[in-house]
Amino acid sequence: MVDPRISIIDGRLRGVKDIIVVSSGKGGVGKSLTASVLALILTRRGYKVGLLDLDFTSPSTHLILGVRGLNPTEDKGIIPVEVFGLRHMSIVYYTKDKSTSLRGEDLSNILTELLAVTGWGELDFLILDMPPGIGDTTLDVIKYISRSRFLLVATPSILAFSTVQKLVDLLKSQNITIIGVLENIGRSDTALAKHVRDIGVKYLGTIPFDDQIEGSIGNVDKLFNTEFASSIEKLVLPNILEAR
Amino acid sequence: MHEWALAEAVITTVEEIVEREKYEEVFEVSLTIGELQQIDTGIMKFALKHLKEGKLKKAKFSIKMHKASFKCNVCGNLWVFNKNKFNEEVSEAIHFIPEVSHTYIKCPKCKSPDFNIVEGRGLYIQKIRGRK
Ligand SMILES: Nc1ncnc2c1ncn2[C@@H]1O[C@H](COP(=O)(O)OP(=O)(O)OP(=O)(O)O)[C@@H](O)[C@H]1O
Ligand SMILES: [Mg+2]
Ligand SMILES: [Zn+2]
Repeated sequence: MVDPRISIIDGRLRGVKDIIVVSSGKGGVGKSLTASVLALILTRRGYKVGLLDLDFTSPSTHLILGVRGLNPTEDKGIIPVEVFGLRHMSIVYYTKDKSTSLRGEDLSNILTELLAVTGWGELDFLILDMPPGIGDTTLDVIKYISRSRFLLVATPSILAFSTVQKLVDLLKSQNITIIGVLENIGRSDTALAKHVRDIGVKYLGTIPFDDQIEGSIGNVDKLFNTEFASSIEKLVLPNILEAR
Repeated sequence: MHEWALAEAVITTVEEIVEREKYEEVFEVSLTIGELQQIDTGIMKFALKHLKEGKLKKAKFSIKMHKASFKCNVCGNLWVFNKNKFNEEVSEAIHFIPEVSHTYIKCPKCKSPDFNIVEGRGLYIQKIRGRK
């Protein structure tokens, strides 16, 4: 028995120039916020951008962007939702944001299905928002999209670094490109920068706690005006554009 | 249509197998499709016919449907899928991503959403018959 979905994944992503995976291993460090804001900033800069939410049990990019009342359409596959100038795809369009319990095999199947049937068209960047953990979804992204570049997010805690370090080991062992580690909800005096450099990974800088964020969730205009967004623009954007 | 995307995947994969196993010509390709996928076999066959070329030009595609069944991971209960229970929107969602059945289906015995899809998801190439 052969699963035909696998062999079409490359073809489906042929028009996508660059795939950025926002990951951490650690939960709750700001991956989804980073992925969403980065997607918005690149879009405003004139790039064609897709945002794919791979957190199948707890998707959140649709909430951060404030997507309402839209659905993917069909044309020889699934065409993502067009919102704020970018193309957005999430399982939420099918679960209607209801509770969805999934085991590992289900997670793999959903990822394969989405990669095999979603028609992204021509994109400069496809941003993937990863779930917490270093499990099925991370392994599948490495397996099916080996040209991905990983942007890692950590908080100043040694607990976050300890997890990121494990992810770095995995990525290095598979020759996957690591853009760098972004410190979020950081202070200026943390040891993370040194830890990150010690394992041979680029440290991108630190984003402070931003008390404008909570009130900006779901409102793209407000999000653009946060300190968080200007930090992403300053710290992350050059590193993403540089290698192109 | 989503069927076209799947048909394209089938053709690409069969072409890869033909290349790898050095077939000169393919006579028949047997596919199994899970019921949860709710594929319109008419459209699927039309798409396959339209897309096949080269060594697949004369290939016949046969499609077999697999009933969907579930097994509860909590109480062990086994049951079968009943698509008449869902409205069109939910059916569509399951058609695209069979795993979202976890959103809409619960074990009829213990109400748990923690079950395995035993059979009835996916699309597989079961057999290729041809001349090498
Ligand atoms: N710099 C910041 N200042 C203030 N709040 C922040 C900052 N970064 C993230 N947050 C908030 O922290 C929470 C977690 O962020 P987010 O959901 O992006 O994390 P995550 O890593 O995607 O989490 P998960 O692992 O659950 O997917 C959110 O409420 C977000 O708004
Ligand atoms: Mg998240
Ligand atoms: Zn049960």
